[in-house]
Amino acid sequence: MTMVGAHGHAPYITVSIIMNKKNIISRTVQDLPPSGIRVFFDLVIGMKDVISLGVGEPDFVTPWNIRETAIYAIEQGYTSYTSNKGLIELRQEISRYLKRRYGLDYDPEEEILITVGVSEGFDLAVRALTDHGDKLLIPEPSYVAYGPITSLCGGQPLYLKSDPAAGFKVSAGQIERNTDKKTKGLILNYPNNPTGASYSKKELLDIAKVIERHDLIMISDEIYCDLTYDFDHTPFPTLPRMKERTVYLNGFSKSFAMTGWRIAYACGPKDIIAAMTKIHQYTMLCASVISQMAAREALKNSDRAVQEMKREYRRRREFIISRLNEIGLSCHKPEGAFYAFPSIKDTGLSSLTFAQELLKREKVAAVPGTAFGPMGEGYLRMSYATSYENLKEAMARIERFVARIKPTT
Amino acid sequence: MKELLEILENNARATPEEIGKMLGRKVSLVKNDIKNLEKNGVILKYKTIINKELLREEDSSVRALIEVKVVPQKNLGFDHIAERIYQFPEVTSCYLMSGTYDLLIIVEGKNLQKVSNFVAEKLSPMENIRGTVTHFILKKYKEDGDILKQPNKSKRPAITL
Ligand SMILES: Cc1ncc(COP(=O)(O)O)c(C=O)c1O
Repeated sequence: MTMVGAHGHAPYITVSIIMNKKNIISRTVQDLPPSGIRVFFDLVIGMKDVISLGVGEPDFVTPWNIRETAIYAIEQGYTSYTSNKGLIELRQEISRYLKRRYGLDYDPEEEILITVGVSEGFDLAVRALTDHGDKLLIPEPSYVAYGPITSLCGGQPLYLKSDPAAGFKVSAGQIERNTDKKTKGLILNYPNNPTGASYSKKELLDIAKVIERHDLIMISDEIYCDLTYDFDHTPFPTLPRMKERTVYLNGFSKSFAMTGWRIAYACGPKDIIAAMTKIHQYTMLCASVISQMAAREALKNSDRAVQEMKREYRRRREFIISRLNEIGLSCHKPEGAFYAFPSIKDTGLSSLTFAQELLKREKVAAVPGTAFGPMGEGYLRMSYATSYENLKEAMARIERFVARIKPTT
Repeated sequence: MKELLEILENNARATPEEIGKMLGRKVSLVKNDIKNLEKNGVILKYKTIINKELLREEDSSVRALIEVKVVPQKNLGFDHIAERIYQFPEVTSCYLMSGTYDLLIIVEGKNLQKVSNFVAEKLSPMENIRGTVTHFILKKYKEDGDILKQPNKSKRPAITL
């Protein structure tokens, strides 16, 4: 008797599935929006020598002091679980940091939870707050996770159009008009992925009034807060009476170029953080201790590196925005993050066609606006988290591409 | 002004047009800023950083750090003797130091022999020099903020949301 196949490998066993295949995957997951964009992504990944403006993460490596701290932590044998909420030393450091930067007061014992990325923090917040049928308002175009996670939790995403004419922002009036008895809260992300838009304190105050008047919860994803170029970033919980209604999400991925470390934090009222911790302890147990040690170093000793990266992004922003407008792809000036969101409507092409043709003809990758919801049609997301040389070359290629397609429109 | 210098320090070939775009400043103003910085001597000159480790043998050179102890001169302090030393083209850098010696100089020559000759024939016999210690540089890892190694290729996937 042998279990080994003709070529020395274990034979593959195909389990024939009796059930109709459709029923294996849960209804909820089947109903999640399919990623139509996947085909385009596979095209990008399969192609060589592409200049990519498609990347949603910093092009810097994590500053050395942070990496070195992680190496040291491993050497010293920091290899175990931590408390569910995360190392108290890190939570204390976060508390001090938020106080120093924004005058925020969060109790490290009960109001801060260390999460595996803002991705997890967001998931926990929605799970902790959403009952079946609850509505969450989501400005669109939007970061890709918000709608699907809301649906997974049995909630109902309700998309608000971020008005391009208003710099891709939603207004307080819009939020109010779309609120009814089933509306639980608002998910706001500023500075924004994909539009780069951010909100001034005055705009946020108007939104805060609506939040209070209709007894809503705010889930505020401020992961790009350190990349705000034209004014000081205002965290939502600093607004009057908003701390008790806000889940404040922030992390290390963008500010400190730490996407691969999977480390972030959520701050909020004690009962919400307790509810989120309850889920977190079952699904995640805790965040990686090594990343937690590194994150602490990031908060303590990286101001200079963060500022240097920010200056570099700002220069690239000025460059790419002025070039795009020269080329004839009109583009508002994004207040933050590292994305330009130019309009391609004048070319007469759809976002996906534009992106595909640009990739095929000029080997430049950018993300069709529709990846961020139907309201992204007519736009492209171009990340300027890439070297200045790449940006220069990409803009030259886009210029050539646009000049060539113009006559046919 | 500081940011303009930051750009040029990293890339002396950045054009006023490019710099203007990066800083959101008119090209004519950028040209003016640069002209003024050159006039004031803040910008001394534009150089190219060459990784000499990669040159062929006959084009390569060696460098040594030399600690120099000197007798300061009345009324002139260290400046006079420093000037006599740094005028030699072999001397690429010259610093006055605190601590156990006085001047730190960097000398460049075609080979070990050339540098040793310079120390023995030019430097040591100089009046008011009490002694020298020569350290040859064996390998350069980083110089003036630049790591002398091709950076690793980016490991980021080409597209993420
Ligand atoms: C708006 C927004 N929120 C959250 C995330 C995910 O961040 P993290 O790496 O902390 O999970 C991203 C990453 O692209 C983002 O753009």
